[in-house]
Amino acid sequence: MADAGLPTVEEAMALGLTRGEYELVCEKLDRPPNQVELAMFSLLWSEHCAYKHSKKLLMTLPTEGEFVVMGPGENAGAVDVGDGLVCAFKVESHNHPSAVEPFQGAATGVGGILRDIFAIGARPIAVLDSLRFGDPGTSERSRFLLDGAVSGIGHYGNSIGVPTVGGEVYFEEPYEQNCLVNAMALGLGEREKLVRSAAAGIGNILVLYGASTGRDGIGGASVLASAELGELSEDKRPTVQVGDPFEESKLLECSLELLEAGLIVALQDLGAAGLTSSASEMASKGEVGIDIDVAKVPLREADMEPFEIMVSESQERMLCVVEPGKLDTVIALTDKWEVHGTAIGTVTDTGQMRIFRGEELVGEMPVVALVDDCPLYDLDPAPPAAPIYPPPTATLDPAADLRQALLALIASPNIASRRPLFEQYDSIVQSRTVRRPEESDAAVLQLPGGRGLAVSIDGNGRKVAADPYRGTIGVVLECASNLACAGAQPLGTTNNLNFGNPEKPHIAWQLTEAVRGLGEACRALEAPIVGGNVSLYNEGASGPIYPTPVIGMVGRLPDVTRAGRLGFAREGDAIALVGRFSPALPASELARLRGEALPDGLPDVDIAAVRATQEAVRDAVREGALSSAHDIAEGGLLVAIAESCLAGDVGATLDLGACEDAWSALFGEAPGGFVVSGDPSAIARLAEHTDVDVIGAVGGDRLHVRAGDGEANATLAELREAHRALARLFP
Amino acid sequence: MKFGVLRFPGSCDEVDAQLAAGRVGEAVLLWHRDRDLQGCDAIIVPGGFSYGDYLRAGAIARFSPMMEEVIAFARDGGLVLGICNGFQVLCEAGLLPGALLQNTNRRFTSRQVRLEVVNSETPFTLACAPGELLSVPAKHGSGRYYAPDDQIDAMEAAGQVVVRYAPGDCFNGSARDIAGVCNQAGNVFGLMPHPEHAVDPLTGSTDGLRIFESMAMAAEGVRG
Repeated sequence: MADAGLPTVEEAMALGLTRGEYELVCEKLDRPPNQVELAMFSLLWSEHCAYKHSKKLLMTLPTEGEFVVMGPGENAGAVDVGDGLVCAFKVESHNHPSAVEPFQGAATGVGGILRDIFAIGARPIAVLDSLRFGDPGTSERSRFLLDGAVSGIGHYGNSIGVPTVGGEVYFEEPYEQNCLVNAMALGLGEREKLVRSAAAGIGNILVLYGASTGRDGIGGASVLASAELGELSEDKRPTVQVGDPFEESKLLECSLELLEAGLIVALQDLGAAGLTSSASEMASKGEVGIDIDVAKVPLREADMEPFEIMVSESQERMLCVVEPGKLDTVIALTDKWEVHGTAIGTVTDTGQMRIFRGEELVGEMPVVALVDDCPLYDLDPAPPAAPIYPPPTATLDPAADLRQALLALIASPNIASRRPLFEQYDSIVQSRTVRRPEESDAAVLQLPGGRGLAVSIDGNGRKVAADPYRGTIGVVLECASNLACAGAQPLGTTNNLNFGNPEKPHIAWQLTEAVRGLGEACRALEAPIVGGNVSLYNEGASGPIYPTPVIGMVGRLPDVTRAGRLGFAREGDAIALVGRFSPALPASELARLRGEALPDGLPDVDIAAVRATQEAVRDAVREGALSSAHDIAEGGLLVAIAESCLAGDVGATLDLGACEDAWSALFGEAPGGFVVSGDPSAIARLAEHTDVDVIGAVGGDRLHVRAGDGEANATLAELREAHRALARLFP
Repeated sequence: MKFGVLRFPGSCDEVDAQLAAGRVGEAVLLWHRDRDLQGCDAIIVPGGFSYGDYLRAGAIARFSPMMEEVIAFARDGGLVLGICNGFQVLCEAGLLPGALLQNTNRRFTSRQVRLEVVNSETPFTLACAPGELLSVPAKHGSGRYYAPDDQIDAMEAAGQVVVRYAPGDCFNGSARDIAGVCNQAGNVFGLMPHPEHAVDPLTGSTDGLRIFESMAMAAEGVRG
């Protein structure tokens, strides 16, 4: 190999490596890396690929359980849903690309997570998203990002024919500079036909198929995803990729047909760090070596350098391992789907990643050094000495009465109807969607044989900022409560940890505490983590985002015809508050409207008690005993009831009886509370299993509530008008 | 009764259409590069984004080998139903009058709509009552029906406007709220909303089934 013009340590540092890491690379290679090798190391040793600040924490999470078929480490996790079928699922972030270019950033986020699903041999059946922006009322930038991200998600999901069935979006000032765009996908596959990504079979051939390789997205994982966003993120626009859902649609059908025909040994998508990471990880998992000839890679631009080809993040590409005897059949199938496959390399027994340009060897690195030898760092956590986040801007008149507060909450961007967003998504293609958005707390999809899947995605950055440990427990419980309202039992969990710069002690503390809460809650709910993603360095000029673990949970229903609904359904039904619910105002949505500073800590949570309530609600829904079930979340009890009124287009009359503090009772928040409605006898039966307090009845065309001396009254029309608040953002 | 559902690269709702048609007869998928209609009694051109729809919705798909066969089949009086992207393809192919433009709200919009059956005498609406309202989902970015005014006058007089959006339900800005039209002979029908997504009470309404039932009745020569 020519060693003229070797990159300097300064160039290595410009690519994101530390001086110490560069020296370690030299040690592993026994010489300084050349340009190709340095490019590959800098990406695989980036935070995004190596999880070097989070891996030690992630290893504390529960990953095994009765239903787990595939855990972390593969392209996606998978759980058993019965009858030989598995549900594959995973959530991933595309935060920094979306902050730079929201439409393509969000679109390629969806494209990437879909490839992860079909890379293990499952057909994608649903997409959900979790979004965070600054205040859309005052920030034009936030409206632009929201509009672009929603259009981008819709563009990709709608065009590829995978329904977007659910999601969540919140608006808080700490996301103003650094928005969050997390996308989750679910797939359905046959357990016996799942494929892993480990390369195997010395002499087998690597086939690259899909889009050709261009200069887009070079250094995306290191430069963009693993550093804070500066003021001038426009400069980073070339590191954002451009998505082509049509190409991916062909890629998807081709991949599934290759697998169905038993033509491939291993499969891996090309995501962050492109060919570098796909090939190295396939080699690492298979404990083999790989030779790649970059001269064989189909290019968009003829004059690309070997390092550019190896690190390009051009979208819509897959890499598979094929036995030589099946190569012609594989190529023919890729031609049928117009995703023309090319043999670009071979599996070897050298344990080395060797990069050739034709005959010329341009890079040679031990696979182990690339994939496994990145140093893992211990965090240096310390709780912040002073509050990190300024109080939110007050928007509610301090003199507001209960009715005014209710209407302000219903109109808050964090609570108002998401219809203007989800109407931009196809939620029904593939004919599985049994509960569309705003029909149930979780999206429900039918499975063969009359069973169902329920899925929910949740996060609550403000509560996690107030108390990373208890706040995260609350998010996991909220997800499971959503499933319970649909009648589903959790099978597994995925998570995306969106945090600031972990090299700062207070961020390290947030991360450590949040992971502790995540592990504890998932263990208690027997909903193990089967996969996920970490997104660090989410900071803008004005500071870090709220720490935002986003949790996705998948559950199953034995009888999908009994999937729960959130809307009140029948005049005269009793309305009950279910669960040992201890509502509190600090860190609530009302506190945000009032401009109150975040509290230092949240009340303790009895996870076991919440789980017991969830099971009681779930069983009642499964029996078909209830007309509606809805968990109490942002805005508290009264907002939950208003949402059930709006979803069912019917009013309600409530009397909470003697009540010390009507504000806390009506608008306070806490995990573990539910609003259900049904025949009084069914409610009485539910009371045999959990705490049940009958507080009113369904009927009329208004919501009327009395709580101690307090009283609030609003017509359905008034509630509906307030609930439409987001519509004006989408004229 | 045998339905053939076309499959282009980029089709999305072809399996949904196959499942829906399968409720009233046999239904097979037909690959865009093939030319064999496999003896089908009726053809469905499904929804989706054929060939990515990057040039103009439906503009490329009309040139596929299978579409050439479908055009000949339609000229011979065969029943052809175009749904959403399929409607766009049939307009591009000249089998149906008019064109579909970008929605006036310039957004992809997905919404359950009510369709008023304007002409219940076509082979696609035989099973419906005149003026009946069908609850069916619509989901598209380019569904604004357009034709010159005098042409629409003539189409209305000839019964070619088959379904309209009910008052208040037209979100795409279509001329005279037109949701679906047929050709002069009445054997080719295209509409933007998705009857194939309204065939099961579990996933929505069942009103869309009437379109497929009508086609089966027409093909089997049974007048409703």
